[in-house]
Amino acid sequence: MSVPLLSTLIFFPVIGALSLLLVDGKEVRTIRVMALIISLIELLLALPLWFLFDKSTYLMQFTEQHAWIPALNINYSLGIDGISILFILLSALITTLSILVSWESIRTKVKEFFIAVLLLEGAMIGVFCALDFFLFYIFWEAMLIPMFLIIGIWGGPNRIYATVKFFLYTLIGSLLMLIGIITLYAQGGHTFDILKLAEQTFPIKLQMMLFWAFFAAFAVKVPMWPVHTWLPDAHTEAPTAGSVILAGILIKMGAYGFLRFSMPILPDATQAMMIPMIVLSLIGIIYGGVICLAQTDLKRLIAYSSVSHMGFVTLGLYALNPQSVEGGILQMINHGVVTGALFLCIGMVYERTHTRVIADYGGLATTMPVFASFFLLFTLASVGLPGTNGFIGEFLILLGSFITRPWIAVFAATGLILGAWYMLWLYQRLFFNAVNDKVLNLPELNRREIITLVPMVLLIFWIGLYPNALLSFMHESVTHLLNQVYGTPEAISQVSTLIMR
Amino acid sequence: MKFRHLNIALLVFLLTTTCWLQTALAETGHELPAATAGTGVDVGHGTGVVQSDEHTGTIGELETEHQVASRTVARPTTDTQIPGYLLLLPFLPLASFFFTFLFGKQLGSRAHWVPILSILVSFICALKAFFAVKAGFILNQDLYTWISSGDLRVTVGFLVDQLTVVMLIVVTSVSALVHIYSVGYMKGEAGYYRFFSYLSLFTFSMLMLVLGNNFMQLFFGWEAVGLSSYLLIGFYYEKQSAADAGKKAFIVNRIGDFGFILGLFLIFVNFGSLQYFDVFSNAREIVGGSFALFGMSFDLPTAIALLLLCGAIGKSAQLPLHVWLPDAMEGPTPVSALIHAATMVTAGIFLVARCNPLFELSTFALNVITILGAVTCLFAATIALVQTDIKRVVAYSTVSQLAYMFMACGVGAYSAGIFHLFTHAFFKALLFLGCGSVILGMHHEQDVKYMGGLKKYMPITYWTFLLASLSISGVPGLAGFFSKDEILMMAFNSEIGAGKFAWFIGTLVAFMTAFYSFRLFFLIFHGEFRGTEHQKEHLKESPAVVTIPLILLAIGAVSAGWLGIPTILGGSNSWAHFMEPVLGHPHVLLSSYAESVLMGGSILAGGLGILLAMYMYLTRPELPAVLSQRFSTIYTLLLNKYYIDELYINGIVKPTLNFSRRVLLKIVDLGIIENIVNGVPRGIGAFSRQIRKLQDGQVSHYLAWMGGSALFIFVWMFTR
Repeated sequence: MSVPLLSTLIFFPVIGALSLLLVDGKEVRTIRVMALIISLIELLLALPLWFLFDKSTYLMQFTEQHAWIPALNINYSLGIDGISILFILLSALITTLSILVSWESIRTKVKEFFIAVLLLEGAMIGVFCALDFFLFYIFWEAMLIPMFLIIGIWGGPNRIYATVKFFLYTLIGSLLMLIGIITLYAQGGHTFDILKLAEQTFPIKLQMMLFWAFFAAFAVKVPMWPVHTWLPDAHTEAPTAGSVILAGILIKMGAYGFLRFSMPILPDATQAMMIPMIVLSLIGIIYGGVICLAQTDLKRLIAYSSVSHMGFVTLGLYALNPQSVEGGILQMINHGVVTGALFLCIGMVYERTHTRVIADYGGLATTMPVFASFFLLFTLASVGLPGTNGFIGEFLILLGSFITRPWIAVFAATGLILGAWYMLWLYQRLFFNAVNDKVLNLPELNRREIITLVPMVLLIFWIGLYPNALLSFMHESVTHLLNQVYGTPEAISQVSTLIMR
Repeated sequence: MKFRHLNIALLVFLLTTTCWLQTALAETGHELPAATAGTGVDVGHGTGVVQSDEHTGTIGELETEHQVASRTVARPTTDTQIPGYLLLLPFLPLASFFFTFLFGKQLGSRAHWVPILSILVSFICALKAFFAVKAGFILNQDLYTWISSGDLRVTVGFLVDQLTVVMLIVVTSVSALVHIYSVGYMKGEAGYYRFFSYLSLFTFSMLMLVLGNNFMQLFFGWEAVGLSSYLLIGFYYEKQSAADAGKKAFIVNRIGDFGFILGLFLIFVNFGSLQYFDVFSNAREIVGGSFALFGMSFDLPTAIALLLLCGAIGKSAQLPLHVWLPDAMEGPTPVSALIHAATMVTAGIFLVARCNPLFELSTFALNVITILGAVTCLFAATIALVQTDIKRVVAYSTVSQLAYMFMACGVGAYSAGIFHLFTHAFFKALLFLGCGSVILGMHHEQDVKYMGGLKKYMPITYWTFLLASLSISGVPGLAGFFSKDEILMMAFNSEIGAGKFAWFIGTLVAFMTAFYSFRLFFLIFHGEFRGTEHQKEHLKESPAVVTIPLILLAIGAVSAGWLGIPTILGGSNSWAHFMEPVLGHPHVLLSSYAESVLMGGSILAGGLGILLAMYMYLTRPELPAVLSQRFSTIYTLLLNKYYIDELYINGIVKPTLNFSRRVLLKIVDLGIIENIVNGVPRGIGAFSRQIRKLQDGQVSHYLAWMGGSALFIFVWMFTR
């Protein structure tokens, strides 16, 4: 490639953010429009990836490599495969939508807010592109800072507690990962190259240690049970855009980390820790689902539902067969779309009522029928109704885990019942029943808000009715990944080998 | 002007539809590609009609002895075009849903036109499909690949065979009549357009369910009808009870689907496919297989059958998942007729019938179905004896009649089950719509205590309701008689262990059915009016748009059974012969003498039921009150529906909520985990506060520390 597309994608938002610095902070409208245009251009820049990507290979594409710190063999090395490409596109979309939803809700320090969002976008895309462990770590930590500020400055009343908690939680995990990275460097022939590290075989003892070091960083980010308690606080206190990016992209980083690092570099440990990871995921699914039933705060409920849904994702990844892994990756996208959309909706209604207490609502379907229709659709996608994207992901994960061990699917499928229970209960308390005085005469969604939600609706149906559009990107990469984990192609538990004939 | 745009949009919609329909209907003569690739069978007919013998795979001769004919399943083709009218059949209602949902509000009281026209077109298409299949047309063709991952490949595709077309006729005809009826019934309601758009959505979902050629599409339709049902039950969403009922229906169905989806996984793992053809034509190969779970080993065919049955139980409201159906009566009455009587709730029977090659493999599962059917049948009928809400009586009657269909499937008489499904659709929809007409006349009063003597005010409703009641009671010659008799005969004839038991319960319930149906009938239409004067003044027959569907359904309730007149009454049982290629037909071992005795028994049971109702509610109307006092324990038990709802709420729902609040949230999450999480920084903070005290700014303290430390180092160095 003559054009360094990935570098452009990483640094264009950064340059955009810098250009915002030049604008006078009082020119609020200019700043908003500029931020929106920058994010839209970024989205347009990301689109060529979709069309130019070669689905027939698992090899990294759009690669760029430059020596950075030769003394330590650190390279500026980028590239994407069939897994990361989807997340780059999703990041670009989610950022655009979060800028749209912050249009009126952010009123103080507007310039600084949009700068933080754009910097965050650059760092997120950097994480998905990095093929050098050192570079990856830089982007990984760089993401923390804008998010820390977004929650800490523009958040709710208890924002300082929430943001410090978020920061410390993730930082402690990341530091353990850093130790792991340095150990890999020392033991793996002095290279930070992820692809080269994946080709080596490390002794099982070392693999297990590294597995837990990485686990600390990734499990916190996902978040897996029992290190999930930062998420409800962060979600509740974050401004809408923060929640959307958090749910849409940031917590996907953990699962992505498992996919990109733990599984290919530490295959033996991955196989050895398969059942413990599955058990943790199952606990997350059921625990997250049941605890949703006790929530009285709108955002906390969705946050805990994320714990349950992300349990499905990690379950899919660690059930280690083609359907479950593809389902897990798809579910990461789905969760980004659906939970992102739910947080967008919550932000919109919060702007009108300024309350997150579920009991303050009721009868919204009468006062805001258009909004009710959108929210219903997102609710249905969240409970995995066939025809929506949520179903495809959950179905593939459950099917894959059933192939691995039937009992896993038996436990995980209870998540479907719980999901329907807490989501429909939430929907009823918000939209049905008698109209609550506090929601009387609320204005219906305006055009900007509808435009913000429509892309999510389209994605939900598109993925739900034609998931092959996304799955076809993954096939080669997932097959390659499983070959790396199992060592040989034959070991993958395909159904054809299970059929009793 | 906004209105003009809408009119134009409406016109364009109708024109495109008509054009499409015309081309679709003209397409019948389309050419098939020369030879069906791969099979090597020369298809010599240019008519597009695929002969069933050549294009069906035979499901190997089943060992179960009572099975005569081997069943076939349509072999999938890859190069046939799906005729346009078959595409129109489900997708026109879908288009109508989107149109009405998006623009219906502006159309106001004209919002019903698009849904009604599209369902009428769908009905014509269904008729066309029926006659095509009757002439030998069979289709199994994929539209596109839905999901592909690893070696999983799931398609969206159509399977059109005898079973499908019967369901298509039931769904589209009842749906069309309910659409028309709703114009009168829902007149002036706030969400008029919303109601019609949901009806269209439901019709689409149900048609996709029956048209699918694989389990995933079945599951798609399965959950989509559940969604429509959720929306329509909760149509009056501002009423808490309606919103609760919708939610309950969805969640209870999800519990059934929990088993269903595991069944799908088990099928996939053992057959490597979810396409009907791949599964059914290889069904025999799983015999003797086993399935291990939690250290226990299960017989594979039994496990698959019972897991699928879970889904069927949920959807068709059988014990123990029946609790949602009576509550679903919160929805508008046309919905109860369409979804909760005639079509959606029969999806469970459709599932069992469609999967009969799988169910046939497990005698144990068949026994379970039979016993479950019999028990539910009796259970629901006893509750129906004492309820006073007219819609609830009919709802429990539905549960009971669905149980008859399950009984039929359990004894292997799938075609009898589908036959009852067919006749039941007409007389039960008629009963519900009749109730709706009464409710309209009574100004939304549903309690039978305040009715009575409506005969003279509502003659058409009266006569059609009478025909429906006679039909459900099994009066000879009417639809319900033939199908119920067929089921009871097949149950008695069956070699399944539970067959005779099912026959006995079935006959007993036939008596109870007649009794509660006529109890309701007499309480509504005979005796003195017990409502308010105000209500009495306004009593009048419903408008024609309501009564015409009643009359049309009454024709069905009388004559639908004539399709399957048994041989001993001079018929040829053409129903069973029509269905035989898909559903098989059990050997009838009974002599015609035994058959007539059984028939006499069921006629007698029904007749006694009617007579008893007459005696208790016409001759001696004071008797029911006396009896309910004398047997007050039983009466209260029945009135409270055996306290099953209370059991679930106190046994499952509340404990789960308490566990969630008290244990998970308070103790585990905010207690243990958060204390550890906050404990670490708190500990570090406390530690640093102690250390900080060292730096208190007092030079003398610093000197003391310096001196002490220096001393310590010296000592340490010299003693080493």
